Formats: sequence, C-alpha cells, structure tokens
Amino acid sequence: MRRVGVFVCHCGTNINGVVDCEKVAKTAAGFPNVAFATDYKYMCTEPGQDLIKNAIKEHNLDRVVVASCSPRMHEPTFRACIESGGLNPYLFEMANLREQCSWVHANNKELATVKAIDLVRKAVAKVVKNEPLQKSRISITKRALVIGGGVAGIQAALDIADAGNPVTIVEKEPSIGGRMAQIDKTFPTIDCSACILGPKMVDAAKHPNIEIISYAQVEHVDGYVGNFEVTIRKKARSVDLKKCTGCGTCQEKCPTKVDSEFDMKLGKRKAIYTPFPQAVPNKPVIDRVNCTKFKTGKCGICQKVCPVDAVDYEQQDELIIEKYGAIVVATGYQQFDHSAYGEYGYGKYPDVITGLHLERLINASGPTMGKIKRPSDHKIPETVAFIQCVGSRDEAKGHAYCSRTCCMYTAKHATLVSEKIPGSKSYVFYMDVRTPGKGYEEFYKRTTDEYGAQYIRGRVSKIYEKGDKLVVRGEDSLIGRPVEVEVDMVVLAVAMEPQSDAGELARILGISVDKDKWFTEAHPKLKPVETHTAGIFLAGAAQGPKDIPDSVAQAGAAASKAIGLLSKVEMETDAMVSSVDESRCSGCLICKGICPYKAIDAKMIQERVGGKMVERQVASVNKSLCQGCGACTVACRAGCLNLLGFTNEQILAEVEAVCL
Amino acid sequence: MKYAYYPGCSLHSTGIEYDISSKLVAKRMGIELKEIPDWNCCGASAAHTTNHMLGLALPARNLAIAEKEGLDVLAPCAACYNRMKTTELAVKASEQTKQKIANITEMDYQGNIGVKTALEVFVKDAGLEAVKALATKTLGGMKVAAYYGCLLVRPHDVGIDDMENPMLMDDMVTALGGEAVQWPFKTECCGASLPTAKGKVGLKLVYDILSMAQSVGAEAIVTACPLCFVNLDMRQSDLNKKVSGSSFKIPIFYFTELMAIAFGEKPASAGAGKHFVNTSEILAKYNLK
Repeated sequence: MRRVGVFVCHCGTNINGVVDCEKVAKTAAGFPNVAFATDYKYMCTEPGQDLIKNAIKEHNLDRVVVASCSPRMHEPTFRACIESGGLNPYLFEMANLREQCSWVHANNKELATVKAIDLVRKAVAKVVKNEPLQKSRISITKRALVIGGGVAGIQAALDIADAGNPVTIVEKEPSIGGRMAQIDKTFPTIDCSACILGPKMVDAAKHPNIEIISYAQVEHVDGYVGNFEVTIRKKARSVDLKKCTGCGTCQEKCPTKVDSEFDMKLGKRKAIYTPFPQAVPNKPVIDRVNCTKFKTGKCGICQKVCPVDAVDYEQQDELIIEKYGAIVVATGYQQFDHSAYGEYGYGKYPDVITGLHLERLINASGPTMGKIKRPSDHKIPETVAFIQCVGSRDEAKGHAYCSRTCCMYTAKHATLVSEKIPGSKSYVFYMDVRTPGKGYEEFYKRTTDEYGAQYIRGRVSKIYEKGDKLVVRGEDSLIGRPVEVEVDMVVLAVAMEPQSDAGELARILGISVDKDKWFTEAHPKLKPVETHTAGIFLAGAAQGPKDIPDSVAQAGAAASKAIGLLSKVEMETDAMVSSVDESRCSGCLICKGICPYKAIDAKMIQERVGGKMVERQVASVNKSLCQGCGACTVACRAGCLNLLGFTNEQILAEVEAVCL
Repeated sequence: MKYAYYPGCSLHSTGIEYDISSKLVAKRMGIELKEIPDWNCCGASAAHTTNHMLGLALPARNLAIAEKEGLDVLAPCAACYNRMKTTELAVKASEQTKQKIANITEMDYQGNIGVKTALEVFVKDAGLEAVKALATKTLGGMKVAAYYGCLLVRPHDVGIDDMENPMLMDDMVTALGGEAVQWPFKTECCGASLPTAKGKVGLKLVYDILSMAQSVGAEAIVTACPLCFVNLDMRQSDLNKKVSGSSFKIPIFYFTELMAIAFGEKPASAGAGKHFVNTSEILAKYNLK
C-alpha cells in the first residue's frame, strides 16, 4: 500500500464557488492508497504549502496529489514544495479542478463536483504508479540569437551583449532600425525618433559582442533550450560587405528608380540602395526584381563605378548554421491594409493615407523633406481629418483588439500638423481616447486645448471625393447627429497586426500564436516575455501591439531572462524523458528516425541467451537531449519505449480509474 | 430556365415599367417566368418594423407556394427581394424559426428553393458575354450613373454585390456599350418613403443624389429598385420648383429597360414612355428608337 495525500484547493471561490471542495476531499479520503485528504482556501500560498509539508511528515505520506489549477500554472510550485518536504518531486500529480472543471461547468455545480471527484480519483490512480525520477544536466551554448532588428531587438541585443554574451541579430531588411526608423517624432516628448534610435543602432553595430546579419532570415531551428542549432539564410545582397566602404557612388549612378518601401512608396529609391541614409550596415543591396542588369543582362553601371570592386552579380544566398543558447523573437508588426474598408475608398483615394505615410511626409529626410504635401497634387493640406480604430476594435473588417498606440500617435500627428501648417485645422474621429501612459493624457489634453484639434466622437461611415476635396461623413455620437467635414487629406490610424509570416516563424521556432497570430507568452501576467518553448523569449510588438517605451521595457525583460539562462554553466533537464526496455527492444531503430531532437541512437549490449553470451543492438536515449515529447513511444512496435512520468501503465491506471 | 415570378405590389403599379421590361429581357434570354399564384404582400417595409415574425411569415407564404412547384423565385423589386432573402436565410439557419413560421402560415416552406433578384439572374448569373451576345444595339457611349440604393447590397448576407462599391449594373452598362461613370453615391439613401412623409429630409436626399450624378456628368441614372426609381424620377419637377437654381432633367431607367432596348425592343414597349422625366430625347441622341 502507498500512502497518498490529497490536497484540494478552493482557489478562493474560483473552484469552491462551483465545486464542493470539502466533499471532494472527504470522498478522496476513502480512495484506496489514500492516507490523508483535506481541503484549503489557497494551497499555493505559504500556509498552504506548509500544510502539505507538515502532512507529509505527520502522516508519513509517500506521494502527493494536489487538486487545484492547471499544471501549467503551479506544477513547478508544488513539486518544489514536496521536494522540500522530503519527497522526490516526481511522486506528485495534479488534478485540474479549475480550468478543466469549475470554470467550464459553472452552471452545473452538482455535476462539477462529481467530475472533480473523478479527476482526483484519476490523479490518485496515477500517482500510485509514479516512481522517483532524477534530472540530468546539459551544457549551455553561451550565445544568443535575436530575430528582428527593430528597437526591441536592438535593445535586447545590447543588454545581452553588455552582460558579456555574444549576440547575433538577424534582420530581414537590408538595415536594422525597424519601424522606429521610419517614425519622425515620438510621443509624448516629441523628441526626434532618429536621434534616439540612431545612437543605439550605432552602438549595436560597434559592439564587440554583437554581430548583425541583415537581409537574412531564420530558416530552420533544431535543438532545444541551451543548444539551439539555427540555420540562417543570408540573402544574396549582390554586394560584398567586406569590400564595400559604403561610399554611395553606386546608388548615385544607378539609373533605375523604384518606389521606396521605407518611404511608404511616397518617394523613390534606386535599384541598388540602402533603405535610408542612416542605415546600419550602411552598405547597399541590389533589388534583383527591379535591377536592369538582372532583368535584361545589360547595364552593370554600379559594378563599373564601384571603386573597390564590391558589386558581385554572381553572389548566391548563403546558409549559416550556428549554435545558440537562447533566442529572442522581436519581429515586430506590420500595418493593417485599409483596402478592406470600402467606405474609405478601398485604399484607392491617393489622399487617404495611413499614419506611417504621414510620418514619412513629416520627416525631414522623407520624400518631401519634411513639408506635409498631400500625395495627389502635392498641395499643402489646410484641413486634415484623422480617423482612429481603422482595423482595430472592428471584428467585421479588422481585428477585435485595440492597437494601443493609435490614440497617442494620432494626437501627436494632430499636434505636428498644427505646428507645421500654421492655420490648419485637424478633425479627429474617435471611439474612445485611450491614453494610459506616463504623460500621455496630458499630451492629449494639449492637443485639444493648445493645438485646437477638434475631436469628434463617432465612427466615419463614408469618405468620398468631391472636386479636389474629400468629404468625411460620420456621426457625432455626443450630439446624436450625422456630421460631414470637407478636408484636404485623411489620415487613417490603421491597426497594428502581426507580420504576415509570423505563423511560419512560429512553426519554425516551435512557439505558439494566438487567434490573431501574435506570438503567445507563457503566462499573460507572470511570464510575459517567456514562450512555452524553453529558451525562446519575446520582445516588442511581435507579442502584441506596443509603443516604443513598452517595447524597450519588454526587450530589457526578455534580455534579462536570456542572460539568466546564459549565466549558467549547465542546466538541469526535465526528468520526464523516454526510456528503453532493453530486454524487449529489437534494435529496429524506427524511433531514431522519428525523434526530432536526435536523442536516440543505437548501442550494443551483451546478454546471455541459452547459456551463451551474445551481443546485439538496442536503442538508447540520451537523457540530456530527450525533450519528453513522446513521439518515439507511439512509434515503437514492441511498445518497449516509455515516457517516464507518462508510462503506459500510468496512463492505463488513469483510464481505469475514470472509466471502470 | 424557369423561375417563379414574384412581381409584388410595385411592379403591378408604380413600377410597371420594371415588370414589362423584366419580362421582355427574360423572354429574350430564354427564361420562363411563371407568376406565383395567389401571392401576397412581401411585408416591406411595414411588417418587419412592426413585428419580426410577421416580417418573416409574409414572404414565407409566397416562398412556400413556389416551393410546391420546385421553382426558385425571381423578385425584381429590391425590397421584395430583400424580405424574401431574409426569410430564406432565417429558415435555412434555424429549425426553430422554420417551425414557428410554418405554424403561422400553416404552410410548409423548407428552404429547398431560394430567391434571386433580376440583377442577379439577368447579369450576374447570365454573364456579361451573354448580355453582349443578345445586344443588337449599343448604348453608344451614353454616360450612365448606376445607382443601387441600399436593399440590394445590404445587409452583407442578403446583398448580391459589394456593399460599398457595387459593380453589376456598371458592368452591364459597359457591356451594352455605355459609359458607366464612377461616382461615390451608388449606395446613398434615396429617402425611401421620407420624401412623402418628411419632405424636407427626404427631398434633400434625392437632391444630393441627383446633383452628384449631374456633377460627374451622368446623362442618365440606371436603377434596379422601384422605390429608388420613383424618388429619383418623380421628384425632379418638385425639386425644380422648391429649390432655387435647380433644373433637373435626368432620365431615370430601370436597368431592364436599357437591356430590353439594347436587345432590340422599342423603347415605348419596354416601358420608357411612362416616365415622369422624358426619355425620348436621350434615347434619340443615341439612336435607340
């Protein structure tokens, strides 16, 4: 007989409000092998944990079941608790009475209690079969990978590098800098974006511990926490970075002009280009789609004028394979495409632009040299309408979520328009003005009180062209009347949304995304920068809409988690790994091909058969490499692979406890 | 191809040109129309604003009669179409609603047949190639503003074309050799019954549409709804009297009239002689006699 202790947690009223916890504990006391059962308000608190530890001693318990929340939440807590109570931490099971019972069956308390008892019976049946397990240790590659070179990626890289760890930044564009490089001024201080980001970009470029691989993408990730093996595709730049001095002659002489992505297609760039003058690395790349040399075979001017012979039309993509201990994902966001809004002209009116377009029009190094001119006829607009929540808070056409930054950047835009165009008038159509940040509300108040932006509460139902004006029709929901304003330009505060390839990157990294395709943090409150995959951390808007201060703060947090991981010499691995019953293994090694972590290999054993010693091949699991995914256990034809902690015997015991 | 034909009240009265021209177009396209026997009011727009179930039950009775014959319904009037489609979708979506309706009508509409409107059958389903093939005359570059109003495109599930920028009638005009002017008021409100009930409010809406059409150079407006037609056609002289400086004389057509005329019918027999705003001038200009 085992001596199992069952501890039923009320979780305040979270569980006890639906499930009769006292009854669950009393019933559990009568299960076979159960030596002690009780219930308590908060089992995870110190008094709750003390209760468990004392009961282990008092009742001489050899196994523990806690019936509370999801193991995702508190399994590590309770394992540590029983370990300090003197038991092996794996002689423990959790029954999830919260997420899988009380929260989903709130409307049927009686049946919820019956189900809770079943869940506890199941956990007891399993824990009886649990065996003590031991963790093993693996070494750590002291090196971090940061995916994305925007402000979040740069900050994370600088922090990790400053702590003495080598860092690689992989950036898909030709230069680091990200969205912040496109922005003119930042709220609420109206300081110049380039002036605060620029030095950070240079710091990153000059840092002895930081390597920047731009114009590159992560293609494949193998391995596991502490030892990721990452394949990076460095796209053919057609320019030899080692030779190029960044003199810019090639860009000057290139005869092909195309729309500049950096300038939101409001300005032009050459076919050989750096996206902006302050680019890091400040070395060009050839856009092979538009380059005349690549299209027709003729031209070749850039090669002729290059004084150091750096232009290389034959350059191929390069695959770099590197080992990293930790990965920070900082891939940022993209703008919502407002062509989904028919009422705003399906993206066809040239003078209906987005916030990022306006940033480029305001920016002194932008296509208009900082003069706000509307795209259609380059006239300076005297009246501008701003429309908020385009694609945000709109389930029909865009996203359900609030993009968080738009209220503030719209206020900033209204302020800047008023400063740059004296006598101009701004109208802001809004649903709610949300300004939860330091100095934000004050900024918004200045926009209305000092700069005279007129805020109109209501959604815009239609924009149409009338002569050279745009008519914006909406509702002023405070006076309950339709309103129409004639303006010269409309600026849409379009939603932030995940990069279109976020889902693909999530698949490569083995991390998850939420319903909107933002990368999911491990816990919304307590693990905001971790992912469910150990060793991979999140920074910036890739996790959800964020402004610059929040992105930088989160980047610092992700960096400190990565530094914590890299500061160890070696790391404990989970004890729940696969194990081979060598006596039954035929050595077919089907499991070896299936294992995603390369943790299974062949080994030779000697055994006595019919009085004679024979040598034969069996499978062997490297406990440091095994991640406990269980793929091999189902592949094994003889069923001789078992996942420790989830053995066939344990699972069947659970099934029996519930079904029989 | 055969449809159960639902004219509704308009097509037997103020919108008789729509009835005549729809039948002519159907005939030319080889589509047989069989009027639903003993049809009743579709309910628009009094019924559904009074009682939700009444708004569903009235069209359901007509649909039930058509279903007995196994025919889909063709309802040219935008309001009739909208009410019948709403009922069709409600019955298909919920067994409970279906049962409730059946209890009221004491007839069994199962949702096996559905409803289409004339623009769908004659343009969307038939295809522009078929429209072109039947045309013996061309509109000769006549500048036409296609006006859809609200009921053919909203709400989303009921609408037959893009909600904000529908194109079916524009494409039809182009296919017949006209020039579909692009304008922003394709789906503006025509005022429905407001020009009658609340003159000031309603007439302004009609005025806005007509002046926008004028300002983009439209020589005629084409529509697919009897109420839109009446408001745009009948109110012009009223506006010219009441609003100083206005002298509207924009011919309004049902799209089926233009189709029938292009297919070779005489304008008078297609209904074009019955309008408030004279149509003969513009038709003569483009040799459509």
